[in-house]
Amino acid sequence: MKAAAFAYARATSVVNALELLAVHGDKAKVLSGGQSLMPAMNLRLLSPEILVDIGGLAELRGIAMRGDVLVVGALTRHVDLLRSPEIALHAPLLRHAVSHVAHPAIRNRGTIGGSLAHADPASELPACVVALDATIVARGPTGERRIAATELFKGIYETALARDELLVAVEVPVPGQGSTFFFQEYARRHGDYAIVGLAARAVVADGKFTDLRLGFFAVGDRPLLAAAAGKLIDVSVTPALLAEVTTALTRELDPQEDQQASPTMRRHLAAILLRRCVAALLARPELETGATA
Amino acid sequence: MSAPVSVSLLVNGEPIDAFVLPRLNLADFLRENLKLTGTHVGCEHGVCGACTVRIDGEIVRSCLMLAVQAQGASVETIEGVSDSGEIADLQAAFRERNALQCGYCTPGMLMTAQDLLKHTPEPDRQAIREHLSGNYCRCTGYQAIVDAVEATAKTRAERRA
Repeated sequence: MKAAAFAYARATSVVNALELLAVHGDKAKVLSGGQSLMPAMNLRLLSPEILVDIGGLAELRGIAMRGDVLVVGALTRHVDLLRSPEIALHAPLLRHAVSHVAHPAIRNRGTIGGSLAHADPASELPACVVALDATIVARGPTGERRIAATELFKGIYETALARDELLVAVEVPVPGQGSTFFFQEYARRHGDYAIVGLAARAVVADGKFTDLRLGFFAVGDRPLLAAAAGKLIDVSVTPALLAEVTTALTRELDPQEDQQASPTMRRHLAAILLRRCVAALLARPELETGATA
Repeated sequence: MSAPVSVSLLVNGEPIDAFVLPRLNLADFLRENLKLTGTHVGCEHGVCGACTVRIDGEIVRSCLMLAVQAQGASVETIEGVSDSGEIADLQAAFRERNALQCGYCTPGMLMTAQDLLKHTPEPDRQAIREHLSGNYCRCTGYQAIVDAVEATAKTRAERRA
């Protein structure tokens, strides 16, 4: 199908974009790469009265180190994340995750800011920013504010961003020594939306986790930072402990039923990803099967 | 409200100035306004890949891009890369191996395959399949398409050597 009629405004600056959003409020949608918005409009799931196109705003592009924080501009495209040496060095989780996002032609247009603001619970990047303990920078009529990634997502396609605010950047803290990452997802085919996925960041010292952040996606109405991970910190992980944590995790999840999977199947797959993740990060393959060593 | 918007762009090297409705996607602009019907429209939500074109040298879905978003861009379609001879060998390989039947997916397949060969001159079959994974073909079962891309990569590598 074709999108319903709408008006179009090409923002000339962030300030201009904010003015347009202030004037049009609920009737406007921000157009970034358009790789989620355009399908939704073509399918007539969304019919905004006006699109505010921020695609030309060079000030929202680019990846830069600021102290020990990696600042990723909202218009940074998936392909830019894949190619960036800074991302490869300081946030390899993002690079890994993006290789699972759709296909090359989509990754050439889709942006990190667009993906986060769209807040699809089955998307990879929202779970990554939660796992990475990133901060989302939003600009509004009264200035800039910072939102913890864990506070950004409020439901399916819902965020803490106000109608007159624009997501301008993502700040990713650069992890210290001993940091490792894990990313895996189940999808029908590579590039499809995940049935269940896990993006994780950990710090491992002497065979134990000193930090573990597990960002699950497609298991509820928003990315979930699993509280169960806390039980694995500063302890020697045994198969019995991991089994207990797995049970705790499946209780935490509130998966949706859809044509891809039932809630039971999603809980089952999330449990497998948890075991794989712990086994991989601790380099203890025996933990994956749950067998006693 | 939804008045026509002016847009200036290059299409296959030719400067184009137009007034278009904001809702017009780039695929329809190319097909209906410019009569460049080699770019095909399949699913209209970014899944099938039949509408793949190049914008500033990179492949994109022209159904997921508005014509007005192409302001200042250089768009290349299957007509452009075909007429310039850039993909003549790839097209010949598709023909030789029956890598098409109905041909509906072929322009998108060729654009995507050429993109792969530009970035990765000697891809293995897995890399070919992965790069083409966003392009649907309902006729061939893909085997012949992968064969044709692989054969083209080999011939080009030999020519370079």
